[in-house]
Formats: sequence, C-alpha cells, structure tokens
Amino acid sequence: MQEWLETYLPNVADSFPVLQQSILETLQMVLAAGLISFFLGVLLGTILTVTRRNGILPNPAVYQVLDKLINLFRSIPFIILLFCLLPLTRLLVGTAIGVRGAIVPLVFGTTPFFARQIEASLWEVDPGLIEAAQAMGNSNFEIILHVYWRESIAGIARGTTITLISLIGLTAMAGAVGAGGLGNYAYIYGQQRNRMDIIYVTVVILVLMVSVIQIIGNTIAKRNTH
Amino acid sequence: MIELTHVSKDFGKGQQEVHAVRDVSLSIDKGEIFGIIGFSGAGKSTLVRCINLLERPTAGTVTVDDKDLTALSARELRQARKKIGMIFQHFNLMPSRTVAGNVAYSMRGSGLNRKETADKVAHLLELVGIGDKANAYPSQLSGGQKQRVAIARALANDPNVLLCDEATSALDPQTTRSILHLLKHLNETLGITIVLITHEMAVVKEICSRVAVMEHGSVVEQGDIFSIFVSPKQTVTQDFIRTTSNLQKIEELIAENAPITQLKPGELIVRLSYTERNTSEALISSASRQFEIDINIIFANIENVQGAPIGGTVAIISGARERITAAIAYLIEKNVGVEVLKDARVA
Repeated sequence: MQEWLETYLPNVADSFPVLQQSILETLQMVLAAGLISFFLGVLLGTILTVTRRNGILPNPAVYQVLDKLINLFRSIPFIILLFCLLPLTRLLVGTAIGVRGAIVPLVFGTTPFFARQIEASLWEVDPGLIEAAQAMGNSNFEIILHVYWRESIAGIARGTTITLISLIGLTAMAGAVGAGGLGNYAYIYGQQRNRMDIIYVTVVILVLMVSVIQIIGNTIAKRNTH
Repeated sequence: MIELTHVSKDFGKGQQEVHAVRDVSLSIDKGEIFGIIGFSGAGKSTLVRCINLLERPTAGTVTVDDKDLTALSARELRQARKKIGMIFQHFNLMPSRTVAGNVAYSMRGSGLNRKETADKVAHLLELVGIGDKANAYPSQLSGGQKQRVAIARALANDPNVLLCDEATSALDPQTTRSILHLLKHLNETLGITIVLITHEMAVVKEICSRVAVMEHGSVVEQGDIFSIFVSPKQTVTQDFIRTTSNLQKIEELIAENAPITQLKPGELIVRLSYTERNTSEALISSASRQFEIDINIIFANIENVQGAPIGGTVAIISGARERITAAIAYLIEKNVGVEVLKDARVA
C-alpha cells in the first residue's frame, strides 16, 4: 500500500497523515452539522407546514417571520456567513476556529436549506390524510408524528441526501476558518502547490462519500415507498 | 341522533366572502340512511364536515348523540369524533401502512392491547369482505377494495354515525352498487346511522330512506325518498330525478323530430307517471280496451323505490279524439299523472 502510494501518488504519500486527518475532519463536520441541521430543519420545516394558511395550526405571524428569515439566510453566500457569524460562534462554542468553530456557520448555512427540503416533503402529504386523521379524532401532535412525518419518510430521506451532499460542499469553505477538511487539504496541499494527484485523490474520496450518502438515502426512500 | 340547527358556514371575508352553507336545519334519526344530494358547489361537502366539525359552523349548533359538539373542548371533540366514522371520495388511506395497519391506526389510544387490536382488525376486514388483504398496501388494491378498507377503518371505534362524503363517486357503477350494499348491510346489522353525500340520484334511490336536496348552500327540499321521487317540487330535484330515468329522453327526441315521434293526424304523445304506491292494476290495457284506442308504448321505466314502484311510460295514443280525452280523464281519475307532450290534432 505504502509502496504503491509512493510510486503513483508521491505527494499524497508525503502528506498521508494530513489526508487521514482531513477525512476525519470532513466526517466530523458533516456528521455534527448534519445532525444538528436535521433536527432544526425538521422542526422548522414542520412549523412552516403547520402554520401556513391552510395548515393545521394556521399562524400567519409565525409563518411570515420564519419564511422571511429562511430566505434571508439562504441569500447570504456561505463564505460571508462564515465571517459574519464569528462573534456568535465564539459566544456559542467558545472558539471561532477549527472544526468546532466551523460547525456553527455550517449549521446556519445548512438549516434553512434543510427546512425548505422538509417543508417540500411535508407539503407532498395528501391533505386528505390529514382530514381523515382529524376525523378519527387525532390531535395535532399525533397528526404531525404519525401522518406528516410517517408519510413523508421517503421525501425526507431524499431531502436529507441532497442537503448532506451540499453540506459536504460547504465544509470545503470551512477551511477558511481553519477547520481543515478535504476541501482545505485539496486547496492548500494540492492546488496551491500544483500537486494534481492530491486533487484527484480528494475528488475520488468525495465522490465515494457522496455515493454512499446517495445510496443510503435511496435505500431508505425506496423501503418507505409502497 | 344528528340535529343541525340553523347551521351556516362562510368562508373568506368582505368581497370574497362565500356562503357555503346557509341556515340549514336537519334532523337525522337513529339508524336511518340519510342522503344529501346536490350538484358540485352546492355546499353538501361543507355541510357534512359541519357534522363532525372538520368545518366549524359560522353560526348554528350541531348535536350528535345528544352532545352539542360546538360547545365541546378540543379534547372532548376528539373523543366525540371517534364515535363518528367518516369515509371519503378518494379513500384517504395512508400509503405507508398496510391495510391492517391503516385499520389498527384508528384504534390507537382505545386501550386495546396488541392481540385485541389484531383480532378486531381481522374481524373488521372480514366484515367488509377483504379479510385476505390484511398485509397488502393500499397501492395494491382496487378502488372498491380501498373503500372497503376505509369503511373498516371508520368502524374501528364502533361509531354510532358513519359520514360518507361522495364515497362512491370515484368508483365504477358495479363497484358503487357493491359498496352501497355493504353500507346497507352495515346499517341493518350494526344499526349505524349513515349520512351519505352524493351528486348521483341513483345512489340515493338505492339505499337512502330520506333525502335532502341542496342548492347554493341551502336545503331546498327534503322528505322520504318515495315522495321526493313521486312529487319533486324544486327544479333542481326534478333535474336529479330526470337523471335516473329515461322517460325524459322523449323531449329530446321530439325536439329532434326523431322518426319515433312523428305522428299521424289525430295521434298524441303522452307521458304517464305513477304517483300512487299501489300500481297493481293493468291501467294501460284496460284504458285501451275500455275506450277502444291504441296505446303504443315507446318508453317505460318502472323502478322500485323503498319497495314501491314508481316511474311511468311514454306512449303514442291514437284513436278518436273524444275517446282519447275520455281515456285520459279515466287515467287521471286512477291517479296516473298524464302529460301531453305532442299533439297532432286534426284541425
């Protein structure tokens, strides 16, 4: 393995410990930011769905504020968001650099997108099912849990897949605050030193990550479509 | 059983305000099958949703089983709804759950354990005639089977009332009939009160004991099926009844001057309709014999509504004018409705 690397990908072999570290950092960022964004996204997407005009808990004020806030955050380019959030990040996690420092802006960059994906999935649920559940005496909480969420598992899985993959893209920029990760590795060690093998290897690893996420997402979606 | 008192439902405000239901009062008895018929947009779906408060009336009260639903708290209303089953035009089954899962879902919180729930689901599926489909998903079923699952689900909490919102409108005529038979059977065996919304008079005729006709949000006419069929007062009711019989075709044929309606001098076309419950006499042939006229039947349509024949015939009468006049007088005396549709009177 070591020998093969040194022959064909000499620069990758040189920086192999950095590569390993970068993979770890990317995974940490995707996992942590992904998990937090998932919960926040499901929460916000659900609030958007139930508070809209024809929802089960119509509340124009909540809907309008949330809707506009999501649009605002989705409009800010991530690299700008990264710097704008520095003070908040420091306040929340004690540091604005490294993987920990990157998670806050990643969550802010991903959650609004996630919330829209969830909103779209929940919107696909047939209103007739909601009506049937109301007619059989379900509470709003039961409707959210057992109808909205349960019936849109496939849609949520597809939305999560798309979001996680775009999150991987965002982690590359998190390198700008010293969070490391594969994007940073490819940029510093590969692009800036003109070592193309490093870029190619990074791309291959990213393709693998994306494929695994896509396959898992598709499998969950398929299992929940009848 | 179900008492609607001065129920109104408005949507929107100001210029866009829509009066979907206007001051409707209805009284539906325990154990009856009550039909509400109207064209699309008449407000019948909104009205039926007022019964379980899926739509809260803007004014008026709704009493089901001696409980004023409009006065209940949210929690009490949810409990009350468990005793009011509902089925829908598009079935509204949950695609991610199996047939058994869909039926079991509505029993959540009923206090039954896993085994009792499974037994009850099996019993209900057997009752609606799809015991073998327990593990199928709704997408694998036909429309009629889906509606049977929906009925089983609606019955899961042993309701006293079953609301049917256009429950057969998405089904073919044969399946419609089988679902109606099932509803009738459930009504007879379980004593469940059924409120049925439809735009098809044939559905009402098939199983309802009483019917209310809706137009522009109001109930314009109501009564038992037989009297509604025999003497519809409102134009909209007459329009509905016309859809169930071919006796009205004659007017189109006359308008088109179809060969069958071309008369010889002295002949006339009449529509005879039976309005009495006892139409056992051979009136046409006795009129023909007694008055020495020919009665040539072109259409006949006799239906059994609530065990009594109603309907009539369209016929061409030929013979001497004074005998025809006497024959018509005889028929009228025997309580047969006579309408002269076309008259080729000799000048």
